[in-house]
Amino acid sequence: MKKLINDVDSALSESLDGFAAAHADIVSLGEQRQFVRRRQLKPGKVALISGGGSGHEPLHAGFVGHGMLDAACPGQVFTSPTPDQMLAAAQSVDGGAGVLFIVKNYSGDMMNFEMAAELCRAEGSDVESVVVDDDVAVQDSLYTAGRRGVGATVLMEKIAGAAAEERRPLKEVADICREVNANARSMGMALTSCTVPAAGTPTFELGDDEIEMGVGIHGEPGRERMKMKQASEIVDMMATAIVDDLPFNKGDQVLAFVNGMGGTPLIELYVVFNELNKLLTGRGITISRNLIGSYITSLEMAGCSITLLKLSEDFTKLWDAPVNTAGLRWGV
Amino acid sequence: MIGTAGVSYDDVVSWLKTFAATIAENKAYLTELDSAIGDADHGINMDRGFQAVLGKLDGAAPGDIGALFKTVGMTLVSTVGGAGGPLYGTLFLQLGVATAGKDEITPEDWAAALTAAVSGVQARGKAEAGDKTMVDALMPGRDAFAEALADGADLPAALRRSADAAEGGMTATIPLVARKGRASYLGERSAGHQDPGATSSYLLLRTVADTWVGDERPSEEAPHG
Repeated sequence: MKKLINDVDSALSESLDGFAAAHADIVSLGEQRQFVRRRQLKPGKVALISGGGSGHEPLHAGFVGHGMLDAACPGQVFTSPTPDQMLAAAQSVDGGAGVLFIVKNYSGDMMNFEMAAELCRAEGSDVESVVVDDDVAVQDSLYTAGRRGVGATVLMEKIAGAAAEERRPLKEVADICREVNANARSMGMALTSCTVPAAGTPTFELGDDEIEMGVGIHGEPGRERMKMKQASEIVDMMATAIVDDLPFNKGDQVLAFVNGMGGTPLIELYVVFNELNKLLTGRGITISRNLIGSYITSLEMAGCSITLLKLSEDFTKLWDAPVNTAGLRWGV
Repeated sequence: MIGTAGVSYDDVVSWLKTFAATIAENKAYLTELDSAIGDADHGINMDRGFQAVLGKLDGAAPGDIGALFKTVGMTLVSTVGGAGGPLYGTLFLQLGVATAGKDEITPEDWAAALTAAVSGVQARGKAEAGDKTMVDALMPGRDAFAEALADGADLPAALRRSADAAEGGMTATIPLVARKGRASYLGERSAGHQDPGATSSYLLLRTVADTWVGDERPSEEAPHG
């Protein structure tokens, strides 16, 4: 394993210290690095809190700031944060308008946020939780943990964040999140594995000529392991699965999010976007907003994910609203 | 050692220390099992949690076994993370509720505590038998212990039967297709691998049996006075 770290055990805290120092104008670190929060809070605004395992940077701490989250709780690499972190974050940023937890659908995150919501309610806080489960690679059934939360998380945090800045109430912001989740679908693929620092060896084995179609953001396997193909074929498989699932129809306006998994350069992500644009245009679907870059990653994994969100007028307006975070910044 | 009456506070502490040491020894093994069907962190997370538990044991006021279990549970909830934190945290919190205020636990107390703990884990994780989770080791362990007591077995023998049944439940997870947790994303590909959570739960019940071995000398040779 070759990684730019000093020590496996201190890598996360050193990275958080670096993040907080680099973006000291926007964020500050909670005690014992339990959470990253906005430096300036807005009284009367619904507090948006998310969190999850580390290793997906810039998610979630990179989306703390004006127009997105109020706090993010970082867990160990690929490991959910704990309820005491979420409780401390909620107590630190609750501005009196309630707290919204944005939770990706993984067993660990779900259980830890559930315990945290119980603790917050016991302290008298007004808490709502919303779940992201947009990954079409996993069949949603009673016999699995359900679909994973992937790319739609970034879009939800932006859109709900803008709604909260407008001082919309907790219930409405939560409903907007659920509406984003209901109108977004994603799928990922991996060209290589990734190595959790504490484990020291790759999470899964993938041959030089193989790809994992439908991979999750922790290197979890997806639908199928297959031989390497051209970008056009890979995008066709991913986009078709996404479009058919919702389904996205002729005449729809969409936000297309082409996300790098951490080890894939922008030159390749734009090849993917080019293929996606051709394919959607051919189906009469218009990409009216896009986001291209590595925003929800899986350490150094090479590969990408595609997320499509069907846009309403309100979603488009909220997407365009100003944002000032380490990871996304426009209009400010 | 177990006295005739039951398991003392010190016996519980010595079990927790043995379990922490066993988790540390099996850290790489549990992580390797997890990398096959999960996210390669189970051993690492459990070890971090139980090392934190070790740090709390010396500071705990001796006497109340229930309070000790609750401290262990809260420590695990705040240090393990992942799914293991809430699940093992809930397991120990429920052991704590069932043994609240006790300075000694009888075999019947342990049967009740195991029942509460397994129910708590199921409520938190929503797992049923056969879902390829820690429940698949815990349920047979719980049932075998109760059956052994009903058969008139003494505590050490009942604990051994409990651990053996948990071991059987653990190995029986190998052919199962996972329905809960990250392993469920693999579908059919999760078959052929032993569940890491069932493995750590087996180790929990095995270390109980290894630690609470009792005074196995025949009673007539036991020192008097």
